[in-house]
Amino acid sequence: MVKNYFDILRAGINTTFQDQGRNNLYHIGIPFSGAMDNRNYLLSNKLVGNKLSKPVLEFAFQGPLLKYHGNKINIAITGDVNFEIKKNNNLILGECYKSFTLENGDELDIISTNKSVYGYLAIGGELELKFQWSSCSVNTKANIGSNNGKKLEDKQKIFVSKINLNHNHRFLNYVNTKIENIRIVKGTNFDYFSAQGKSDFLKNKFKVSKLSDRMGMRLEGKKIENVIDTNIKSEGLVKGVIQVPADGNPIIMLSDHGTIGGYPKIGVVISADYDKLVQLTPGSEIKFKEVDLINAETLFKLYDLETQNLISQI
Amino acid sequence: MIKNILNLGDAALYCDFGKEVNKETNTQVIKYFKSIKEENIDGINNLTPSYNKLIVSFDLKKTNFKKLKNKIENLNINKDNYFKNKKIEIPVCIDENFSLDIERLEKKLTLSREKIYENFFLKEFFCYMTGFIAGMPFLGDLDKNMRVNRLETPRVKVPRGSVGLTEQFANIYTFDSPGGWNIIGNTPLTIFDSSKEDEPNLINPGDLVTFKEITKEQYINYNG
Repeated sequence: MVKNYFDILRAGINTTFQDQGRNNLYHIGIPFSGAMDNRNYLLSNKLVGNKLSKPVLEFAFQGPLLKYHGNKINIAITGDVNFEIKKNNNLILGECYKSFTLENGDELDIISTNKSVYGYLAIGGELELKFQWSSCSVNTKANIGSNNGKKLEDKQKIFVSKINLNHNHRFLNYVNTKIENIRIVKGTNFDYFSAQGKSDFLKNKFKVSKLSDRMGMRLEGKKIENVIDTNIKSEGLVKGVIQVPADGNPIIMLSDHGTIGGYPKIGVVISADYDKLVQLTPGSEIKFKEVDLINAETLFKLYDLETQNLISQI
Repeated sequence: MIKNILNLGDAALYCDFGKEVNKETNTQVIKYFKSIKEENIDGINNLTPSYNKLIVSFDLKKTNFKKLKNKIENLNINKDNYFKNKKIEIPVCIDENFSLDIERLEKKLTLSREKIYENFFLKEFFCYMTGFIAGMPFLGDLDKNMRVNRLETPRVKVPRGSVGLTEQFANIYTFDSPGGWNIIGNTPLTIFDSSKEDEPNLINPGDLVTFKEITKEQYINYNG
């Protein structure tokens, strides 16, 4: 039997398999993981006719260069991404939110994300991957998930065990907008900070540091003044928690975060803004705006509804 | 008992069991953790017990803060059932290649290394929680004369298997990881095994742990 597979000619900076992540493991020290930008993950799967929970390739900044071997297969890329498809001597300029058909020998070159961090490549079919705790999501820190819990490397192969037979082209009219205002609810240690510190946190702009990854986003700005204690007894964290260590610079917990931490929590990013937050590139400016819990819940409902609407338009 | 339930963001409950870090409070946390887990409440997608807090994360599509808070406040906690403390012995080699911070400890504690190790190996530890990195156990309580702060500058890479001390706790690095604990030895035992999906952690909250000294030779031969 002929195998269908992708040859990885260039792996890219941080290319990993991701899906919806894994639940109920925080208590043993394993975070959710999963696609950083959930909306773009779901849309990529829909564009190639996959079930929405299927694994995709997540890449950051520079994506992979892949050569395809096998029968006709559809792919789609979401996010804000520059890519090209090389067919014999034809060069096709890629477009996000649109499916393309690859044939034997075609090359897919995911050159870079554009004013954003993460992009998603969905492949129309079943990938041969190992699952751990019902998820293939790669957590490189604990080496959990498919590909032995590691990011992809040059010269590896990605095998496709079953190809979706429907090659109809799908597309979505959508632009991945960037936001700089991130809404938060107050954290459980909000009052550890001085009146000046709180006001600096909510009124000043912060810059996204280069030291940001799937675990956390570090911010730089005016030092946030703590008047109680710069340490707390270690306790559980969740995605979006903003911790402020002794140096006064906030760190936002992202999908692969350590499950417990000992720095005061000044705020938590609302669920509705998480997908947009993770797309902010190093050097971007970010400004926090406080909302109350009821508002945060309503905003999530709207965000989720919008996502469902986009999915149903494909 | 839970003193107070706050929201941690819009998709988690922050259950506060008080300020103190001791076995009694932590035992309450673990009882709640196990009871809530057994209830299989729809929408809950993670529970994180720690010394004196329990974080309950949930799927905002399925439930919300108010509904879950109400449910947890009215939960019937089984008071007796849950505590079977498993006893575990961890082999530790204190060869100079492994005891990276013993000199620092001698200075900070003004105790000889013989005395430090005697204290350490005689102690029975209680596992308060696991986490930060997968499977890392937080084991207490060290005697008052054995307590020391973290390193001022954390190591970029603490070797897997390292056994460290900080404040009232001992822990074991389950992976090569950045960290600031005072390292006194290394265990050849696998503390976290991701291939065992049912029970990846060797040590779980509530377990009782002792350490036993082994020679370098025993260490090398430990895993065959």
